[in-house]
Amino acid sequence: MMNKAGEAGPGAADGAVPPAALTTPTTSATPATSDTPAPLAASDAPATSHTPAASDTPAIAATALTVVRGDRTVLRGLDFTVPRGRITGLLGPSGCGKTTLMRAIVGTQAQVTGTLDVLSRPAGHPALRSRIGYVTQAPSVYDDLTVRQNLDYFAAVLLPGRAQRDERRTAVARALADVDLTTHADALAGRLSGGQRSRVSLAVALLGTPELLVLDEPTVGLDPVLRRDLWDLFHRIAADRDTTILVSSHVMDEAERCHRLLLLREGELLAEDTPEDLRRRNDTATVEDAFLHLVDAAAARARARTETGARTETETGARTETRTRTRTEETPS
Amino acid sequence: MNGARTLATAARVLRQLRHDPRSIALMLLVPCLMLVLLRYVFDGSPQTFDGIGASLLGIFPLITMFLVTSIATLRERTSGTLERLLAMPLGKADLIAGYALAFGLVAVVQSLLATGLALWFLGLDVIGSPWLLLLVALLDALLGTALGLFVSAFAASEFQAVQFMPAVIFPQLLLCGLFTPRDRMAPALEALSDVLPMSYAVDGMNQVLRHTDVTADFLRDSLVVAGCAVLVLALGAATLRRRTA
Repeated sequence: MMNKAGEAGPGAADGAVPPAALTTPTTSATPATSDTPAPLAASDAPATSHTPAASDTPAIAATALTVVRGDRTVLRGLDFTVPRGRITGLLGPSGCGKTTLMRAIVGTQAQVTGTLDVLSRPAGHPALRSRIGYVTQAPSVYDDLTVRQNLDYFAAVLLPGRAQRDERRTAVARALADVDLTTHADALAGRLSGGQRSRVSLAVALLGTPELLVLDEPTVGLDPVLRRDLWDLFHRIAADRDTTILVSSHVMDEAERCHRLLLLREGELLAEDTPEDLRRRNDTATVEDAFLHLVDAAAARARARTETGARTETETGARTETRTRTRTEETPS
Repeated sequence: MNGARTLATAARVLRQLRHDPRSIALMLLVPCLMLVLLRYVFDGSPQTFDGIGASLLGIFPLITMFLVTSIATLRERTSGTLERLLAMPLGKADLIAGYALAFGLVAVVQSLLATGLALWFLGLDVIGSPWLLLLVALLDALLGTALGLFVSAFAASEFQAVQFMPAVIFPQLLLCGLFTPRDRMAPALEALSDVLPMSYAVDGMNQVLRHTDVTADFLRDSLVVAGCAVLVLALGAATLRRRTA
């Protein structure tokens, strides 16, 4: 864990306007990237300087969250929080456990231990099913239905019955407009391009105006224009509908567009911070550099651990120790 | 269980089917063509056609619905839509009942066509009411849906799912009394056929073939088939897990 105090940094609080909010425009697709002294000073202010509003309980709170798949521990004792109404990026290399973490939050992952509270209820609680929108990495829509038929069906699951027919129609129309697919509403989902299909999948998740949106690599493989438009949409949804968004990516330049970041590597949390603080703390120009810095540091620590382990195992064999030392010198830091 | 969600699911399954007219044609026409074929295979012995034809009216819906359901639910599992639905406020019973309803409807149309063709054009000689034939056919279709749903949980691909057809259906086909009366089989096989649901489907059809009224045996056979369908549907529901590894 990088620092818990970082939660008080810019972008962490909602409700009352903290001093730092002036330099961190929340509605912009790209939060400020410059490291001016002003936000630094502001973020160094004590955590008690602004008491947040009533909706303060974090959208997601995890303590000692561990997930085992088969004989592999995919997530190891994660502790973190995700603030409400903000865009939190979940970043890390492929295979680091991002999808497993998202599935645990949505409540579809088995073998979850530790505590994981989502919207103040234990993850997977039946009452959460209509309050969370989840977009899997591969678009999960019916290819043999039109875009509108897909949305109509999922809307009927969320808002069932004749009485809610008008709400359904409004929700479907809004979701179509959100993802800019109104003109393709009557096309078969299977005939759409990959990017369009993933937008249909996103539209399904937006249907019930969820309080929490969990998006698994929603922009992967999309062209730059579409990626920018989607990020604009995410910011609009977070700002206008007060939706909490947890979005995963392995593209680091998208990290700069998030309010907060969780950096994950091999099932362990490397950092939990705002992009600004992450850059500043690691003294790097980009989040990508900061991440690489943290990864290298973690790898070095892991190496050191195995080496001390090897040393104690072989008692105090002088030869072994020399060999270990040589290897340490050989490896670049 | 929520009626509106069940109906929405059934409507969605039928809508998917509507975008696939070739499948509809195959489901509806193949049993009819098989009956026509059989009629002329047994051109010289109409009695044999009566016996086998009536049994087949019960077996066709079972096989078709088994295949269609196992592939459809497997697609639901592999496409991620099942995970999405189970993360939404949809009951497992809503999903299963929706599928059963949609495919049951297709089975009714299929049975109407096949029964009508057999009775009025191919000269199938049935003593009992055609409505009873239809009832058994519908129960068989439900059983096929249930078996398909259950089996799809054990198939990792559509390739495997298709292989389950010979594994699950063929033994029942051989032992159901279609080829030789069940009481003339080796005792062990007869005992085995007593616990396979398709035997009761065929027995039920034969009761309608030979008796004008609803016999006690017919009632028992229908109840066994219906009971099996419900049991397997419940087992199928248990294979739908909200949380997976």
